[in-house]
Amino acid sequence: MEKRFAGRPAAPGIALGALFSLTTGTGARVASGAAESEAEALRSALSAASTDLKDLIARSTGDAAAILEFQVALLEDDVLAEPAFSAIVAGRAADSAWLDAMQQEIAGYESSDDEYFRARAADLYDLRDRVLAHLTGSAVEAAVPPGAIVAAVDLAPSRFLGIDWSRGGALVLTAGSITSHVAMLARSRGIPAVTGLGVDLAELSGLALVDAHRGMLIVNPGPATRAQFDRDAKAAATAGALAAAAAIRPAVTADGTPIRIMLNVADPRELADLDPAICDGIGLVRTEFLFHDRQGFPDEEQQYSIYRRIAEWAQGRPVIIRTLDAGGDKPIPGLTPAGESNPFLGVRGLRLSLVQPDVFRTQLRALARAATHGNVKIMLPMVTQPRELADARSIFEAEVAALAAAGIPARRASLGIMIEVPAAAIAADQFDAEFFSIGSNDLTQYVAAAGRDIGAVADLADPTQPAMLRLFRYLVDTAGARNIELSLCGDAGGDPRAIPLLLAAGLRSLSMAPALVGGAKLAIAATDLDSLAESEPWPT
Amino acid sequence: MSSFSPYDPVPKTNAVHTGSVLLTNNVGLHARPSVRLTQLAKSFGAHIEFALATTGPWVDAKSPVKVMRFKAAKGETLHFRASGADAAEALAAIVALVERGFASEAEEASQPPQG
Repeated sequence: MEKRFAGRPAAPGIALGALFSLTTGTGARVASGAAESEAEALRSALSAASTDLKDLIARSTGDAAAILEFQVALLEDDVLAEPAFSAIVAGRAADSAWLDAMQQEIAGYESSDDEYFRARAADLYDLRDRVLAHLTGSAVEAAVPPGAIVAAVDLAPSRFLGIDWSRGGALVLTAGSITSHVAMLARSRGIPAVTGLGVDLAELSGLALVDAHRGMLIVNPGPATRAQFDRDAKAAATAGALAAAAAIRPAVTADGTPIRIMLNVADPRELADLDPAICDGIGLVRTEFLFHDRQGFPDEEQQYSIYRRIAEWAQGRPVIIRTLDAGGDKPIPGLTPAGESNPFLGVRGLRLSLVQPDVFRTQLRALARAATHGNVKIMLPMVTQPRELADARSIFEAEVAALAAAGIPARRASLGIMIEVPAAAIAADQFDAEFFSIGSNDLTQYVAAAGRDIGAVADLADPTQPAMLRLFRYLVDTAGARNIELSLCGDAGGDPRAIPLLLAAGLRSLSMAPALVGGAKLAIAATDLDSLAESEPWPT
Repeated sequence: MSSFSPYDPVPKTNAVHTGSVLLTNNVGLHARPSVRLTQLAKSFGAHIEFALATTGPWVDAKSPVKVMRFKAAKGETLHFRASGADAAEALAAIVALVERGFASEAEEASQPPQG
């Protein structure tokens, strides 16, 4: 019997394959009900976590290794899990007993007056989650059969990256949001994804077809559905081959105007199979992933090594790395304020960095050091007023000076701003930034007062409506007058329907997910700016 | 560097040795020093306890979880007491570790001579 489930399209594409359900972290574990087997489960999770950490230590150096050694020391101390084992004897399930015990321990660190001890809470979170992952069987990514339709309630970015997607497949989430990081990763990898299916995971098994253009999951598709899929798949394969061929060619419009194509990435692993020649650089590195994946915050060395890998991949092309953009739809426990009534209008992006300067300074140091290995540029998110840029710049310059004084190789990379707050867009001429990049997703949401992940108003959040095109035109003129670079790095930049309008507004640099480069180049080649210029779709 | 093997017979002795030392390193008894301290303590067979006051509370100096819970800051005095066959030796080694700012002996040896 064919069964259809409707969700929201999160990453385009179609796929056919066997459903494979992944259980998620907290709470998904089925407790055995017997104290002895719960205790055994915790013991083996502790021992597996300890083995993981020792493997990691073998591959780490310096501060990173020292941090991990501290974690191993805590883990191997029976005192740490003692309260958890007592709770298990009293009838608690292993995972909740462990969570509670760790929460107590973490609270002790977080309540400290000493900043150093408070910061160690991150190590305990990391330990907590590592053990929990073993308890809840999250360490099963390797077992996902290639080409499977992976079903989950939601999925952490690190788990998405742990799955082998080389033979295709698709991702279907019963919860999740199209703006989540995993949705971004799916778009980046070209993996079809549907979120918000609102169905019990247990119902999802057997052969299934995913039509992520329409946000549909069809379990046990009938012959007619299968035949339609085969036709769609054939058309998609042809379009895919055309796009793949276009991806390696330069981006030029029909009238001969060259367009710069940049990539949006979050993790150096996304670049592994990509030829840098498909792009003119990296227009956006989202650094939130580093902070999300592991609960604990990455130290300067870890960040430096990741930024350096991305800079080196680009072989001299510009690499724009955005400083931590936490908050809004990207909360980070322990960093972003809890309980804000409207996080999108609250302490997020640079606002958070300026009130949490330690995390910001660490990141700026890592960026200044990575800038010696390539053409790294630093982009500040959520800038609203010029004084915020000035504050960030003085912090950055102080860190560069401190690195120089310590004899550590570093470079004062250029400092630009993301234009995503209407105040910054409207008064862009007031900002002495070294470059601008339009964050069209947030800018559109703020200008239109409509969330694109809210189905009923998503149509209003159209990045090509006249209000947006006017702003883009103004930003093009402002950047031109100040002779600084301007690019656009929202989803519109890789959308073939939006591209002609963006180019007509004067934009000449677009940043997009790697999987969209071929299609975008085809859309650019089909655009004739001479004819578009005569039919401007907005009143001037 | 360990002089202790779990197979050594531990002679019965009730003698309790005590020692105390001022914590001088800048960030206090934090992660790496705690790991070094407890690793050193574990290399001895003696029962070793640690406290921030002679009146206690005393905790097992071989437990990094417990040592870290004290969140000892620079300027505090660390008190140790030990009993067992190698108690005196253990105390001397631990006090020396704290005195040299938790550097390992190898690190200490590689430092350029001071003033």
